[in-house]
Amino acid sequence: MKHIPDDQTLTEAGLSAAPEGKVLLLACGALAREILDLIAANNWAHMSLHCLPAILHNHPDQIPKAVEDAVKKYRETYDDIFVVYADCGTGGLLAQTCERLGVQMVEGPHCYSFFEGNAAFVAQEEVTCFYLTDFLTRQFEAFVIKPLGLDRHPELRDMYFGNYTTLVYQAQTDDAALTGLARQHAQTLGLAFERRLTGYGDLATTLETIKAP
Amino acid sequence: MSDEEDDIILSELNDDDLVAQMFDDLYDGLKEEIEEGVDILLERGWAPYDVLTKALVGGMTIVGNDFRDGILFVPEVLLAANAMKGGMAILKPLLAETGAPRVGKMVIGTVKGDIHDIGKNLVGMMMEGAGFEVVDLGINNAVEAYMDAIKSEEADILGMSALLTTTMPYMKVVIDTMIEEGIRDDYTILVGGAPLNDEFGKAIGADAYCRDAAVAVETAKMFMDRKHNQLAG
Repeated sequence: MKHIPDDQTLTEAGLSAAPEGKVLLLACGALAREILDLIAANNWAHMSLHCLPAILHNHPDQIPKAVEDAVKKYRETYDDIFVVYADCGTGGLLAQTCERLGVQMVEGPHCYSFFEGNAAFVAQEEVTCFYLTDFLTRQFEAFVIKPLGLDRHPELRDMYFGNYTTLVYQAQTDDAALTGLARQHAQTLGLAFERRLTGYGDLATTLETIKAP
Repeated sequence: MSDEEDDIILSELNDDDLVAQMFDDLYDGLKEEIEEGVDILLERGWAPYDVLTKALVGGMTIVGNDFRDGILFVPEVLLAANAMKGGMAILKPLLAETGAPRVGKMVIGTVKGDIHDIGKNLVGMMMEGAGFEVVDLGINNAVEAYMDAIKSEEADILGMSALLTTTMPYMKVVIDTMIEEGIRDDYTILVGGAPLNDEFGKAIGADAYCRDAAVAVETAKMFMDRKHNQLAG
């Protein structure tokens, strides 16, 4: 499998593509490990991966332009580009951007949704759940604690999370240490804890549909 | 904060310096200092409405501008809002007694399926600061809750908030229901929330999308002025 940068690099810088495949997967850095694992497991030699900084998750207004810039930069190098983002809080703007650029993207509102399976996620209607994936569990400080100022002002916790009841850890991998970490995060936020082993959900089935041109 | 600033005794400052210090204290999110400043100004005979507009809203306007310009971020704005809330708690009963001017009435709430209320709460507080009466429906509101409230409260403005891409379309459900009942044009409808934009606001038939609390206040005032002018005409 291709060398995977550490989580901090994926958060802040992403992952540069190596032009080894015909299809570029243009993805969120938070999905790098999962996508590379799927590529290796399925021997999808036609795919290359390029990741934008995962921290864009916290700035969804910047995602459409970042995706557009990357599509324009790489579209001459590859036969096809597939955007491995869901809506991710862009309010439909990413879908509009992808449509205008003529590239496909993952269906669903968020990675939380497609990991669990979009249909199942919608049906559950869990409005008071706060979700963490494997990546977000590992990068909890960078994505939750620091941006919300909870390291400096822990008294703000209930203003942010007072309406939530449960932290749902969507486990992509069966990792006891990561589960323990997620449980700690639930305690930090004052929430009940639930773990679901989702695997890669709709991410796997979506990538399976991308054939070599 | 430096030791020198720690030594400031609010009651020894003249009015102008005290208000300037309250601006700083709001900016720094110092709730107790704001409550003390409000008490001092009231003891000096300031009208509650003047304390609200000149000291608190003035200070929060600076916070709002710096948030808009990327100088302050959400945690700092929340701390400032919390400090302002402390001052407002002292002023609210006094404002009711003294008959402060009322600009209009707003019913506000987060839409069904959505529990996020930070933005909504900021808007509600700044609207109150600007002289609006605010009825806050809280979170996770179905269309019936909005319809009942705007009618029973005889509101001028309906404000709807959503943080999720999945919940923001519910705003259209509410507006379409108002159209069906023939009451859409009786209200100004303002919408807000992180994933929204101008285009979405127009598409669902809202009067305006407001990107932050300060814009919400200015937009609400503009629509109230327009309404008053129409009535006068």
